[in-house]
Amino acid sequence: MGVTGLRCKECGSAYELEAAYFCEECFGPLEATYDHAGLDPAEARRKIQAGSSSIWRYADFLPFAGGPPATRTSLEPGLTPLVRAERLAERLGLGEVWVKNDAANPTHSFKDRVVGVAVAKARELGFGTLACASTGNLANAVAAHAAAAGLDSYVFVPSDLEEQKLLATGVYGTRLVGVKGTYDDVNRLCTELSGSRPWAFVNVNLRPYYSEGSKTVAFEITEQLGWEVPDRIVCPIASGSLFTRIGRGFEEWLEVGLVEGALPTFSGAQAEGCGPVAQAYSEGWEICKPARPDTIAKSLAIGDPADGPYALELARRTGGEIEAVSDDEIRDGIRLLAETTGIFTETAGGVTVATLRKLAEAGRIDRRERVVVVITGEGLKTLDATREGFRMSEIEPTVEAFEAGAEVASAAA
Amino acid sequence: MAITVKIPAQLRGVTAGEGEVEVDGATVGEALDAVFDQHSELRERITEDGTLRRFVNVYVSGEDIRFQDGLDTTLSDGDEVTILPAVAGG
Repeated sequence: MGVTGLRCKECGSAYELEAAYFCEECFGPLEATYDHAGLDPAEARRKIQAGSSSIWRYADFLPFAGGPPATRTSLEPGLTPLVRAERLAERLGLGEVWVKNDAANPTHSFKDRVVGVAVAKARELGFGTLACASTGNLANAVAAHAAAAGLDSYVFVPSDLEEQKLLATGVYGTRLVGVKGTYDDVNRLCTELSGSRPWAFVNVNLRPYYSEGSKTVAFEITEQLGWEVPDRIVCPIASGSLFTRIGRGFEEWLEVGLVEGALPTFSGAQAEGCGPVAQAYSEGWEICKPARPDTIAKSLAIGDPADGPYALELARRTGGEIEAVSDDEIRDGIRLLAETTGIFTETAGGVTVATLRKLAEAGRIDRRERVVVVITGEGLKTLDATREGFRMSEIEPTVEAFEAGAEVASAAA
Repeated sequence: MAITVKIPAQLRGVTAGEGEVEVDGATVGEALDAVFDQHSELRERITEDGTLRRFVNVYVSGEDIRFQDGLDTTLSDGDEVTILPAVAGG
């Protein structure tokens, strides 16, 4: 039982569990395969509930043999809060909305899940150096996990990244490389380097393992809803890996009978300034036309999304959609979530909440639906997006001065 | 026109271990055809029905050919054409 190997998603060719990521026959992506024959759902649930308070409680559904790998680091990602957002639902005229707050991870984004899996696999395969191509959150996670594991690391990012994301990477002592170009340039460079450097590029040569970490979002949502599958997932799309692997997580548990029901409707969220998957969705294309990013949602600024075709397929198959929102809508989305839930998210979360609002306003979401919004990262990492959203009143330290003006001034600008 | 075509490490089994192939060609399509003439197995790995497979990216001096004219993108003497898998990143 458990992981059995790697397989090409396009042509089905089989590969060993090594540092390989694309099919040598057709260039298709490789993914991990599992054999869960004979799994007893009741026993599997008990085992999960008795497991650690992290992604490693789902180790039997991750690409490791024999339970949580000894090679995992001390940073334990996952089991982030799933909170009922009643006031957000009310504001949008929806019935039941939940927020999966993945900012509550060790480096404050969902990337700790994928990096947790990739780093454990990298050590298992004997790598001494980690690397990645990142739009910021992954940089934070790789640098931190490398530090926790005592491994060297190289983190490649676009040089114009938000200062907060650069600082929250460099502090871990990684070799931070700012590339003069877009994320897609960084990605191409890392793909080339991975051919000649003996490093574990978590989202290149270890991508089949890395992406498996995202399934744990689906596992947690299911478990936190009392072993039920929600009706709809609203989730941001950059490369499409998170979006599609959350779908895969639900599918796996439905297939083995750990939970009953149907796959949720998948609604994808992109920024208008970088929405190649949303564009392909609205045009009816099966593949994406690459875009040149120009958006404040830098963590989603991938113009050439690797899993674009699969994200399109998942949205269409589940009766969902992929929408794009403007930079102003993103800023409003950040505020809407903050004001109604007390959760401060980064621009990617603003994209997701703005997309939820857009779908709600268009009447696309039934009031009876149980909706889960996946919030992938922390607002403190993209502070510029909130700079103009409010006003501070400045007064002399006297009661008179306070009563003269500030008291009546509303917090809203 | 002398063009250098760079082959991903994982496919060097079908190029007799060569990571770079020197060819002539006025467009990306012509340069790739010239590579396939030398290493015929590469053709079906990279193309399907005369077009690039959907998970293959090709760059001319670092620029994705989909931002240019695709396989009709014209080449200049000394240009470097890089073939890479598209499934990385994110």
